[in-house]
Amino acid sequence: MAVLVLLSYEKGDKIRPISRSAIAAATQLDTEVHALLVGENLEILSQKASQLNGVQKLLVAEHSAYAHMPAEPVANLIASIAESYEFIIAPANAEGKDILPRLAGLLDVQPISDVVEIIDTSTFVRPIYAGSILATVASKDAKKLLSVRGTTFEAVAETGGSAVVEKIENLPLSEKQLSIFKELKLSQSDRPELEGARVVVSGGRGMQSAENFVLLEKIADQLEGAIGASRAAVDAGFVSNDFQVGQTGKIVAPELYIAVAISGAIQHLAGMKDSKIVVSINKDPEAPMFKVSDYGIVGDLFEILPQLEAALKAR
Amino acid sequence: MKILVPVKRVVDSNIKPLVKSDNSGVEVGGVKMSMNPFDETAVEEAVRLKEQKIVSEVVVISIGEAKSQDTLRTAMAMGADRGVLVTSEDALESLSVAKILQHFVTKEQPDIVLMGKQASDDDMNATGQILAAKLGWAQGTFVSKLELSEGKAQITREIDDGQEILELVLPAVITTDLRLNEPRFASLPNIMKAKKKPIETVALADLGIDTAVRLEVKSVAESSSVREGVIVSSVEELMDKLQNEAKVI
Amino acid sequence: MSNIAREQMEFDVLIIGGGPAGLSAAIRLKQLAPSVEICLIEKASEIGAHIVSGAVLEPTALNELFPDWKQRNAPLDTPVNHERMFYLSNEEKSTAIPIIKPLMPAMNNHGNFIVSLGDFCRWLAAQAEELGVEVFPGFSGRELIIEDDKVVGVITGDMGLEKDGSQGSNFEPGMELRAKYTIFAEGCRGSLSKKLMDQFKLRQSVDPQTYGIGIKELWEIPAHKHKPGYIQHSFGWPLDDRTYGGSWLYHFGDNLVSFGFVVGLDYSNPWLSPFEEMQRSKNHPVIKYHLEGGRRISYSARALSEGGLQSVPKLSFPGGLLVGDAAGFLNVPKIKGTHTSMKSGMVAAEAIVEALTTQEIEPISYQFRMRKSWVYKELHQVRNIRPAFAKFGAKIATLYTGFDSMVRGKVPWTFHHGLGDYEKLKAASLCQKIEYPKSDDELTFTRESSVFLANIDHRDNQPLHLKLKNMSIWKTVNWETFKSPESRYCPAGVYEAVDIDKEPKLQINSQNCIHCKTCDIKDPTQNIDWETPEGGSGPNYPGGM
Repeated sequence: MAVLVLLSYEKGDKIRPISRSAIAAATQLDTEVHALLVGENLEILSQKASQLNGVQKLLVAEHSAYAHMPAEPVANLIASIAESYEFIIAPANAEGKDILPRLAGLLDVQPISDVVEIIDTSTFVRPIYAGSILATVASKDAKKLLSVRGTTFEAVAETGGSAVVEKIENLPLSEKQLSIFKELKLSQSDRPELEGARVVVSGGRGMQSAENFVLLEKIADQLEGAIGASRAAVDAGFVSNDFQVGQTGKIVAPELYIAVAISGAIQHLAGMKDSKIVVSINKDPEAPMFKVSDYGIVGDLFEILPQLEAALKAR
Repeated sequence: MKILVPVKRVVDSNIKPLVKSDNSGVEVGGVKMSMNPFDETAVEEAVRLKEQKIVSEVVVISIGEAKSQDTLRTAMAMGADRGVLVTSEDALESLSVAKILQHFVTKEQPDIVLMGKQASDDDMNATGQILAAKLGWAQGTFVSKLELSEGKAQITREIDDGQEILELVLPAVITTDLRLNEPRFASLPNIMKAKKKPIETVALADLGIDTAVRLEVKSVAESSSVREGVIVSSVEELMDKLQNEAKVI
Repeated sequence: MSNIAREQMEFDVLIIGGGPAGLSAAIRLKQLAPSVEICLIEKASEIGAHIVSGAVLEPTALNELFPDWKQRNAPLDTPVNHERMFYLSNEEKSTAIPIIKPLMPAMNNHGNFIVSLGDFCRWLAAQAEELGVEVFPGFSGRELIIEDDKVVGVITGDMGLEKDGSQGSNFEPGMELRAKYTIFAEGCRGSLSKKLMDQFKLRQSVDPQTYGIGIKELWEIPAHKHKPGYIQHSFGWPLDDRTYGGSWLYHFGDNLVSFGFVVGLDYSNPWLSPFEEMQRSKNHPVIKYHLEGGRRISYSARALSEGGLQSVPKLSFPGGLLVGDAAGFLNVPKIKGTHTSMKSGMVAAEAIVEALTTQEIEPISYQFRMRKSWVYKELHQVRNIRPAFAKFGAKIATLYTGFDSMVRGKVPWTFHHGLGDYEKLKAASLCQKIEYPKSDDELTFTRESSVFLANIDHRDNQPLHLKLKNMSIWKTVNWETFKSPESRYCPAGVYEAVDIDKEPKLQINSQNCIHCKTCDIKDPTQNIDWETPEGGSGPNYPGGM
């Protein structure tokens, strides 16, 4: 029995990195990996998907009813081919979390959300209580439905694979449409939202003023990152509450978290500790933040940030 | 129009959860419990719709130990009309909860089941979707805006790159994002009134629903935030680490 | 608070505060007069969530309130069975002080129980509700309603105000709770009690109240070390001889240890940090032994009244009365106030039942009923012990205590508290700076990580509840003379002196506040006003605390 991975993509025919992480998770299950591409106008995407490293077979379900991935028909579709799979994996993003549990309802399976580690073919680790606790869970279901987090499974390469492409012909489409797509409003801001950003650049009270946050914005511009702040910085009035990362603020888990002049109060750590890579810049070598960082630079942020900006530009 | 709002009693989100010393689970004894904040958003929205006279009745349902009655009272103090308490000593997973809810949807015949997108304890984010599948209803997940008209709901969903607007054919299951609204503070007179609102209590055991555990919690552990903390001496060295070692830029 | 239309509710009796005193008053009222309508409000999000105490409970008052407390499953599960007292002469050495029970009645804990006072209050609240008391946690008493020189109720705090005081989208105005009599059971240094003392001059002709701050940690320790029923106290190191205080350590429940430290707030060295004293005290072998290998579960702090009988104010006024530690009924040498607080609540209930029939404006009989009660007898016996420490220092005071206890306070003199605690600080330049050791994250901790364990809920956007009456005084007095003592005495890191190299400013992190009230007490010019924040704010101490 094989594993089926539902692919998630964005506009411009781009397969999301989290889909490649989902494939990486699937390859840990020691079985054949099939990927499923659902939507309309999938020509370019199926070509790209067939090259994803680690995918043996690519299933393509193309129909206008699947445009914008409505949960109801897509779950029906996967249910119709689920018999041949022991595992079905979706990325733990808005799409995967919409569709996968619905599929679980159709198949009468308890889904397992936000998997961050696969221990064996029935045992998984997932965060609970907003990430402050990790639970090891064992599934007794014959079929396992998982959504997986992108940050802990290193994405497979975009190329290197040569999957057999197979079109699904028998699409289980019902006459009755339960939900009708109206509009997609893409985030207008040039900056991504804090909670979903791939990179977050955060400042603490050591930034000294609201104006100095411009230095962080310049770094964020180079990395298409979002801006965050510690509560101390918010309390000092440098930025508004919306920017606060921490226990009482936003919980983020970007691939790269850059903490500038943040001492590392435990309340702040509660909001960012699931980040993949943490970099800390602080003039105090004793700052607790260094203990929870992968890399640190001790020094004056007013010297380091412009250097970093230049280095990022030059890249 | 009638709305059913399931509400869960969970460890208050301000409490730092404590792992039991044998790692078998999270300590819930003696800990402050509250309504799941996502469900609170759902109750608030339902009550607002009732105040706008779009909805005629708001029924809240909770499944859990007898103390879950407090959670129902909180919802009724916010403005829900009546409560259903399904008593069970066991911790139930989303699949089981969805099956229990399915039973009560059949009984109550609501037009909408409005519920939190996830519970702040297990963060599974699945019950609403499973319920929608079991009922064969439309689903609208992670909703930050809701407008009702005859037989339809226009919803705005929070998705990865922005927002999506959908029209759902009712009946439907709708799950709420915290952005949907800011829940009210229950006033003292309303808390007193809520004590007199009716609660129907049913024992889960009497319903004959299969709630056998499918996903067993083997152990839990505090997630550690300690990292290596390599101190680099220059921006060049940092760039090198980020590009070649961590591969994040 | 602005003049907005407020809803009103009327009761016979209104009780402000859901601790042992307020709940006992409510219960006794219902026992004596079941038809009396009682409303009890509590600022914490739930009953017990702001309760801080050791606690060794002496069940005298409980035996009177509920002779059948065992059948009612009161959470008194760990009887005291072994007691030790240490004088710590330095960071390693200690001397065990023999406890001679007949001679030291205050030290005799036979028959007492180690409890979680929070859990005990939750139990009391359940009993009260069963008797028909309306208990409303999450509502603070914000303002007194005084009409014709009589207290006729309180206004509860507004909910949903924004930082600038404007009404937020979910604004819910506070309401007028009116009652024939209002019982103030706010605990030590209650914000309304303070106003009442001013308004009705209740402190005229009594000594100033003196205070202590108690800081407590709840630990779970390895089973092989756990001896339920064991209690120990220490005094001496790390405090100097002129600073009153010491530690407690109680084994109870499921491998739980309550460890705490009290520092008298009459200390004079502005460099002193009660928090750091508590942390470093754990390094002493007699304490370290118990905690090593365990894990810290929770953290809390609260001021307590230490003035004793000399400092108890007039107890009643038109329309109401003060009970519990709001009045200051703590027995300092016993370090117990729960039994006296409960008793004062019960006596208050009796006085109010009488007043309800005679319809007198002031429940005046409370004052002399208390005088006749065992509370006064008990407090009279020990009245000189705490002031002796202020007068003579710890070593000589200990000898005095031995003597005074032997004669059970039957001496013809009474020591007085001359100054308020806030007047006792000396200039920073005249005092030895104290270098505290760094925390090791296993036995000792930083304030930040401690506050994290207090489970604080404080809606970020609400108005500041800690205000300086006069901003400029901070710079000229607090900073220039005392080098910001608030940044050290606050056990939650609310106050921080920032930019001290250039232009020193006071940063107030009010969302860290764990409602201990120390700042309201110790600020050298009484410039800090602690007001109740939005109801439900503050720490959420868990069961076992």
